Amino acid sequence: MSTSQPEMSRRLGAAGRFNEWINHRFPLQKLMREHVTEYYASKNFNIWYGFGVLSMLVLVLMIVTGIFLTMSYKPSAAEAFSSVEYIMRDVEYGWLIRYMHSTGASAFFIVVYLHMFRALMYGSYKQPRELVWVLGMLIYVALMAEAFFGYMLPWGQMSYWGAQVIISLFGAIPVVGEPLVEWIRGDFYISDITLNRFFALHVIALPLVLVFLVALHIMALHEVGSNNPDGIEIKEKKDANGVPIDGVAFHPYHTSKDLVIIIGFLILFSAVVFFAPTGGGYFLEYANFEPADQLVTPEKIHPVWYFTPYYAILRAVPDKLGGVILMGAAVFVLFLLPWLDRCKVKSIRYRGWQYKVALATFTVSFVMLGWLGLMPATGIYLLLTQIFTLLYFAFFVFMPVYTRMEKTKPVPDRVVFHG
Amino acid sequence: MTDETNTNRRHFLGIATGLMGAAGVGFVAYPFLASWRPSARAQALGAPVEVDISKLEVGALLRIEWRGRPIWVLRRSPEMLETLTAPEVAARLRDPESRESEQPDFARNVHRSVREEFLVIIGSCTHLGCAPLERFEVAPADLGPNWRGGFFCPCHGSTFDLAGRVYAGVPAPTNLPVPPYMFMDDNTILIGSETGAA
Repeated sequence: MSTSQPEMSRRLGAAGRFNEWINHRFPLQKLMREHVTEYYASKNFNIWYGFGVLSMLVLVLMIVTGIFLTMSYKPSAAEAFSSVEYIMRDVEYGWLIRYMHSTGASAFFIVVYLHMFRALMYGSYKQPRELVWVLGMLIYVALMAEAFFGYMLPWGQMSYWGAQVIISLFGAIPVVGEPLVEWIRGDFYISDITLNRFFALHVIALPLVLVFLVALHIMALHEVGSNNPDGIEIKEKKDANGVPIDGVAFHPYHTSKDLVIIIGFLILFSAVVFFAPTGGGYFLEYANFEPADQLVTPEKIHPVWYFTPYYAILRAVPDKLGGVILMGAAVFVLFLLPWLDRCKVKSIRYRGWQYKVALATFTVSFVMLGWLGLMPATGIYLLLTQIFTLLYFAFFVFMPVYTRMEKTKPVPDRVVFHG
Repeated sequence: MTDETNTNRRHFLGIATGLMGAAGVGFVAYPFLASWRPSARAQALGAPVEVDISKLEVGALLRIEWRGRPIWVLRRSPEMLETLTAPEVAARLRDPESRESEQPDFARNVHRSVREEFLVIIGSCTHLGCAPLERFEVAPADLGPNWRGGFFCPCHGSTFDLAGRVYAGVPAPTNLPVPPYMFMDDNTILIGSETGAA
């Protein structure tokens, strides 16, 4: 069967010989096969399976636009705000690069939230994909930190006072709180020093962490294989060549489908960048068009929309420390999801009504909390915030109970197509 | 010497090496973590500020900056001090005893200061940080006949008396904060320290 090495070499052209030279020194072909041309993922993927690829696309977009922004941005309290204005007005296409970056931040969270919702629907966090989920959660936390540090850089009023609110949260920790806040700021108030270090974290430290975590996330995924809308392990049914019967190669099959999703995303993304770069005041907040002033607080302070669900939870209780603990718990409890869900069936297609109701309630609560985080924490808004905070936590706290009671439908042997 | 592996010794050496390494990492980490503390320059800029009050006239307000916050020193006249206990003022305050407000213990009194004459406060509204205006005149047209002098915040209408105590029914929740300070001598106030140490 196999051809001997010298005979192979003779038959290969110059390009083939170059490839061979590489592969003797670096496992290029092996890596390509493992992760691209012979990585088999279920053939019944629907649109929900496009948001992982889109997250990667936005990550690349953010890194590229970010690199170009650092070339004109000045990370000092005296110059930061005007250097952003300089990018917007004087740097050629600076406005485009900055709008791509600012829109990209919101787009990143949109695709990541949809990507996470997909996992909740089809049980992608369940055995054997627990580590894929945990690594994904670590990416989410790093992304939140990255977004927070980045939001401070334009040094507008909302940058300054948003940072003031978030940093002061650490002050609620007993005993070490105040020294910790001083250590984070590096000064007795949020100053040039704080801005300079947040810039370092935003452009070097966290991007490195993010890229590293994304690599781990994909390695873990490719070890266990992708889930699918039916929640079936396609590796359990293989053909004579050891290829899953229900799987198709990532390239060219999934890549060509992903290309359509990417084009669709870029159409929407461009529409925002060119026609609504402020996103109605949600992607770029109007209060941030005023330079930071440490002596004047803006009328309304709230974080950007992607943090508001947690901000609402923070304000749900009157006690500052209690609010901080609750907010931390709201993020942390997501890590435990693979172990809280006791149901054997993965996909929502075959799960009982309990999980469907719980997931719907949770999703509504998360969206409502996101809206309430933008509203004042008084009267009816406060009451609603408290109700939806309870529902948010109920999803997790009662999960071991209601997932055990589920009456599931029979799961098919092979993947199913819809439409 | 035998050919057999002494696994106990290997474990011991492995753990000892690991611990040494961890201690080394700890020592190396310290300078990096410590570099985040306020630098010598930040500490110098945030150090207590000496204020000469010998030239401050009665009824006049002196403004200085300390740690990015506006500090006000007001030299109150005897008439001004009388208003602090006047019924049209005292009865309308939200926190007349400064129970819920931010101040060093020495300022938890009616005049909210060390020496009655000198009021030292942070001139930043406790509502949203606007700068209140000095309105020391009695009963002006816009503030009503009961006004005995004090501070008025132009942003959302919060009012404070001549000890920085907030009136009830305005957006500001607490009295204007009193910073830590001390008298170095009769004519000098040290703002930022109650003991003389930084």
